[in-house]
Amino acid sequence: MAGSGGWDRVLTAVLIALALAAPFILYPVFVMEALCFALFACAFNLLIGYVGLLSFGHAAFFGSAAYITAHTVKVWGLSPELGILVGAGVAALLGTVFGWLAIRRQGIYFAMITLALAQMVYFVALQARFTGGEDGIQAVPRGKLLGIVDLNHTLTMYYFVLAIFLIGFAIIVRTVHSPFGQVIKAIRENEPRAVSLGYDADRYKLLAFILSAGLSGLAGSLKSLVFQLASLTDVQWTMSGEVVLMTLVGGLGTVLGPVVGAFLLTAMQHYLAQLGSWVTVVQGVIFVFCVLVFRRGVVGAIAPYAAGGRSPSGISSGAAATRAKPAEARTAAAPRAP
Amino acid sequence: MFEWLQLTVPPAPAMFAQLLVGLINGAFYAMLSLGLAVIFGLLNIINFTHGAQYMLGAFCAWFLLNALGLGYWPALILAPIIVGALGIAIERLLLRHIYGLDHLYGLLLTFGLALIIEGVFRQQFGSSGQPYAIPSELQSGRNLGFMFLPNYRAWVIVASLVLCLATWFTIERTRLGAYLRAATENPVLVQAFGINVPRMITLTYGAGVGLAALAGVMAAPIYQVSPLMGSNIIITVFAVVVIGGMGSILGAIVSGFALGLVEGLTKVFYPEASSTVIFVIMALVLLVKPAGFFGRAA
Repeated sequence: MAGSGGWDRVLTAVLIALALAAPFILYPVFVMEALCFALFACAFNLLIGYVGLLSFGHAAFFGSAAYITAHTVKVWGLSPELGILVGAGVAALLGTVFGWLAIRRQGIYFAMITLALAQMVYFVALQARFTGGEDGIQAVPRGKLLGIVDLNHTLTMYYFVLAIFLIGFAIIVRTVHSPFGQVIKAIRENEPRAVSLGYDADRYKLLAFILSAGLSGLAGSLKSLVFQLASLTDVQWTMSGEVVLMTLVGGLGTVLGPVVGAFLLTAMQHYLAQLGSWVTVVQGVIFVFCVLVFRRGVVGAIAPYAAGGRSPSGISSGAAATRAKPAEARTAAAPRAP
Repeated sequence: MFEWLQLTVPPAPAMFAQLLVGLINGAFYAMLSLGLAVIFGLLNIINFTHGAQYMLGAFCAWFLLNALGLGYWPALILAPIIVGALGIAIERLLLRHIYGLDHLYGLLLTFGLALIIEGVFRQQFGSSGQPYAIPSELQSGRNLGFMFLPNYRAWVIVASLVLCLATWFTIERTRLGAYLRAATENPVLVQAFGINVPRMITLTYGAGVGLAALAGVMAAPIYQVSPLMGSNIIITVFAVVVIGGMGSILGAIVSGFALGLVEGLTKVFYPEASSTVIFVIMALVLLVKPAGFFGRAA
């Protein structure tokens, strides 16, 4: 999106126009849900796509932020913008602790550790008093933005969600193209080399992890206001799996991929909602299909054609590298390593 | 408030009962993490489907009983063979294609398979459990003076210990195990010596899956046979694996039993924390010894 080519500007303009018009064409609540998940998937992609770390526990950040926002808005009576800030802040704090623990290991272990830590958050959410156990926190008031704008109106809420999404998305795009972004990509490609050049790899990984967790929290907070509900589904491991799947379907390490994946999977869930557990089966089949024959994802597969003759922007070169291999293999802490 | 009372005076029979539960849980952690370690050693894949295959083992026993009238003892042999064969099919049809890729794709693929299997069973059976009776030979129990020990639970502990040690012996002390360990270190060289490494990989995966199914059959009379039993246990087993490290078979066994016991003890002294204690221990171990207790340095 932030590339230099004219095509990128056209694409950006078209997408923003589509997003502005969307609530008049599609069911607004569906688009809001998809936007929340798109932000969540983009935040997740920041880790897997650009640092090469597969977190299997991102539901912890999404869900805890949802609970915190729901609780602070409903019980403490905070305004929605403050509730969202507090939720995202707590998620970032949690991300600091989890990231600090998890970056001690790499590759597969990193995935297992994040999954296990997230499961701990799930059990806390199940037992803690303020989360309401199986019922979750229901009937969360949307309130008035800055005390003026009433968010109970669906269209107003939609544009609020869109604005937050665009801010989050802009932060991610800016991060990826910043010097910081270059360093994390370097770490993904060859960690020992980045270290030998004087970069403190662990610090960069931790910062990326915190950013990713905070933005995932932002998505979770937003979701709890859209649906006026925070529940155990938000912190369960299935949610962590869903965000992995969205990113995988859209294209790991592509800027727009997670957005596409989030819209596709949210749409699928709406269409298949009556089918009960078959949704899980379909998700599993998509997982298997993507891993076996469609590892580039939708955007990753389209991008080379869409790019045509123009020189590749930073996005597509990053994406190409990720498609080849998300980098851990070389540095993975496999016990078989000599 | 009330828990403080319990904290100071845990009644002895309750404590031993919880320790027994912990030991039983530990037996299942040990068997499952053992299978994960064996599979990871040779395939370099973290088998996320392991929980689903454990559940399949339990359901296989349930089907054998309800459809064919075959009881616990035949199921103990048949279920691992059936589910193991399914595992072999999975390895040949799917896993084989991703060996050259990053390890993470193995995790994602097996995660997808777990979703498929679990979704199908949830669609069929809902989330509730199906009862599976304890075999008549083991139905009673004995009074040990300080506690009542049901025979079936004693059998599970003894059988899982024997199973774990047999697996350890096969891998560490036999010729087959030597091939296996050699192929873990350097598959190309072992193949050059004329050993069919791809077939060995297939059979190892089948054996690991069979082990999970065997654990599932043993678990059927204790926990209910439920579509969710696999995903509930597998994440805990992952934590066990992180704590123990996947470098050693014996490590997987010891940490499985030890963590089951710790969980049982926590249930006595501070029940609220019993579901999270293993994850807390994992976090502490990561601080002190990032490679795990028995893992080789990362």
